[in-house]
Amino acid sequence: MSIIIPAILSLGGLGLLFGSALAFAAQKFAVEVDPKVEMVQEALLGANCGACGYAGCAQFAEEVVAGKAPVGGCTPGGAKTASKIAEILGAEAPSAEARLVAQIVCLGDGDTAKIKHIYDGAPDCKAALMFGGGPLACGFGCVGLGNCVRACPVQAIAMGSNSLPIIDVNACISCGKCKNICPRQVIEMVNANGLHHVRCKSRDKGKHVRTVCERGCIACNLCVKACPVEAIRMENNLATIDSYICTNCGECVEACPRTTIV
Amino acid sequence: MQMSFKTFKGGVHPGDFKSATEKKPVVPAKPPAVAIIPLSQHIGAPCEPLVAVGDEVKMGQKVGDSKGFVSAPVHSSVSGKVIKIEMCNSALGRPVQAVYIENDFQDTWHEDVVPNPNWQQLEIDELKKLIREGGIVGMGGATFPTHVKVSPPPGQVIEYVLVNAAECEPYLTADHRAMLERPEDIIVGLQIVMKVVNAPKGMIGIEDNKPDAVEALKKAAANFPNIEVHALHTKYPQGAEKQLIKVFTNREVPSGGLPSMVGCVVQNPGTCIAIADMVRFGKPLIERNVTITGSGIMEPKNMLVRVGTPLEEVIEQCGGFKSNIRKMVLGGPMMGFSQPGPENQPVTKGTSGILCLTDQEVQLYDIRQCIKCAKCVDVCPVSIMPLFIGSSVEQGMYDKAEAYNAMDCIECGCCTYICPSRRPLVQWIRMSKGDIAARRAAAAAKK
Repeated sequence: MSIIIPAILSLGGLGLLFGSALAFAAQKFAVEVDPKVEMVQEALLGANCGACGYAGCAQFAEEVVAGKAPVGGCTPGGAKTASKIAEILGAEAPSAEARLVAQIVCLGDGDTAKIKHIYDGAPDCKAALMFGGGPLACGFGCVGLGNCVRACPVQAIAMGSNSLPIIDVNACISCGKCKNICPRQVIEMVNANGLHHVRCKSRDKGKHVRTVCERGCIACNLCVKACPVEAIRMENNLATIDSYICTNCGECVEACPRTTIV
Repeated sequence: MQMSFKTFKGGVHPGDFKSATEKKPVVPAKPPAVAIIPLSQHIGAPCEPLVAVGDEVKMGQKVGDSKGFVSAPVHSSVSGKVIKIEMCNSALGRPVQAVYIENDFQDTWHEDVVPNPNWQQLEIDELKKLIREGGIVGMGGATFPTHVKVSPPPGQVIEYVLVNAAECEPYLTADHRAMLERPEDIIVGLQIVMKVVNAPKGMIGIEDNKPDAVEALKKAAANFPNIEVHALHTKYPQGAEKQLIKVFTNREVPSGGLPSMVGCVVQNPGTCIAIADMVRFGKPLIERNVTITGSGIMEPKNMLVRVGTPLEEVIEQCGGFKSNIRKMVLGGPMMGFSQPGPENQPVTKGTSGILCLTDQEVQLYDIRQCIKCAKCVDVCPVSIMPLFIGSSVEQGMYDKAEAYNAMDCIECGCCTYICPSRRPLVQWIRMSKGDIAARRAAAAAKK
């Protein structure tokens, strides 16, 4: 008993001393934080994806409040977040733009694309391309080793069974990280409202494309002719659909002999 | 008397697999019907073609040269007619420009190929010029132009010329056979290099698993008091330039530095022979020893192959591939480059071996998570931490890889060899080196 009481007293006393010192320091050296920053941060999704170009949501919030970042800078949050931020800051909400989602612009999977050689090195698209220009006979197609899968901050990309990644467009937050990491640039940010896209990147001549892939664009121009609103143009042996003109009528899908447009 | 040497830190002991070819003398390969002479067979600026389609060329004629200092000319290995100048495949996987020469099988030497009967009286500058004109590059596989190596920047005093005859890569025996069959020429080449760099001492290091080669070179060097021959501990990568310097002199080449900074020049025995041939007989580097081995080839051989011989023809002369071949590697299994196939690709100055591996030899494993056992750190001869570089690269963080000194990696492959989680560490490091170099170049261009 005689030991416990002094121990409680001394420890309790120390606790009291340090506690009050900390309380004093918290008052004295408090850093003033703009309450708006906290409110903006609250409004953000908190994925820290970096799509805005800043280190994370916290830094973006600071920059928005300081007026250095645009109100609509958070692409994953879209119009909803932008209007919330606008409300907090008393600024005008930017006009809603179409949501962009990532898309693999290649259909050459294990069945349809011709393989030049077997690659069994480090499972990285970039490394595979260093080895004899990649395993695919096509010089433009998806290598299928999943750099995009690893880059996605929200696990919206999964590797399909046929070594072609599958993107969950509902989960995609439009951060564009997959697009930036893809060494073959076969990922594009496309208008989520557009239903039909040319899923090929090959700028090779049609004759060559036929020999290396079953689903590559051969630049036959049938889709260009079929399109009633002239949304498709043919450049460098490759058709592209302007999704802002496209009416989603589906004529081109019918016309494409190679099922490249889906 | 065996002098004891300090060894370098790290390294591994892979099986040597040399028995298939180590007893087989070097046989000359048939000259090719069409020689493919790539215009870039070295580290440095690629050559410009000096001939045009339709030109008659002779053996030993220069067909490509460059104005760059770090570069080496290329020569025709046959006499005949230039049929086309097109791209061919290279060991590194990217296509390079090449001169295709149809062989007339006359083997007429070019008039520039003249012996130097008084080669011993040549001045240093003349010797340097001969080494450059002969297109001589490091023949261990890195193909660094030799005339650059023997021209250290002013102020650097070279004390030692080391001959790297360790041949620590498993399977390869081309240098071993060269040491047994042409030991005198190696000594001559070494003496020439010593004269050029004004080095008082030459040392030859051979792994002690080749006692016959140690014997042969000791005999050849018996009359030269300034040349020592030493048996080295058998350990991979004993033949890595910086490790060899550490073993012989206990000096460390600084990060990003060259051997000349610590007073050393290192040459491969094949390079010594090429230098001796060029200086004495005026014969440029147009042929080299190649080991064709592995269980995927019918008849493993050591061959003297002309540069430009298509790989397919060399393989055919060894009886062809076995049906269960899985992988073809140019160079040794640790540092060589695996190839998509032998098509449209020739033997170059850097081809030390053609390794054909079957599905029994090639084992594929799933990559597991790093367990941080640090075995890669223990075996790394340059004392970097491959596990952290690997994880950084796996996540695409190349700047972090740079901070972990990825650029100091000599790509020996010990880390990948030892990793119990089968992580492709050296492959990741190589990838990051490409990226880091590109970023440094971009930053330099900005300035």
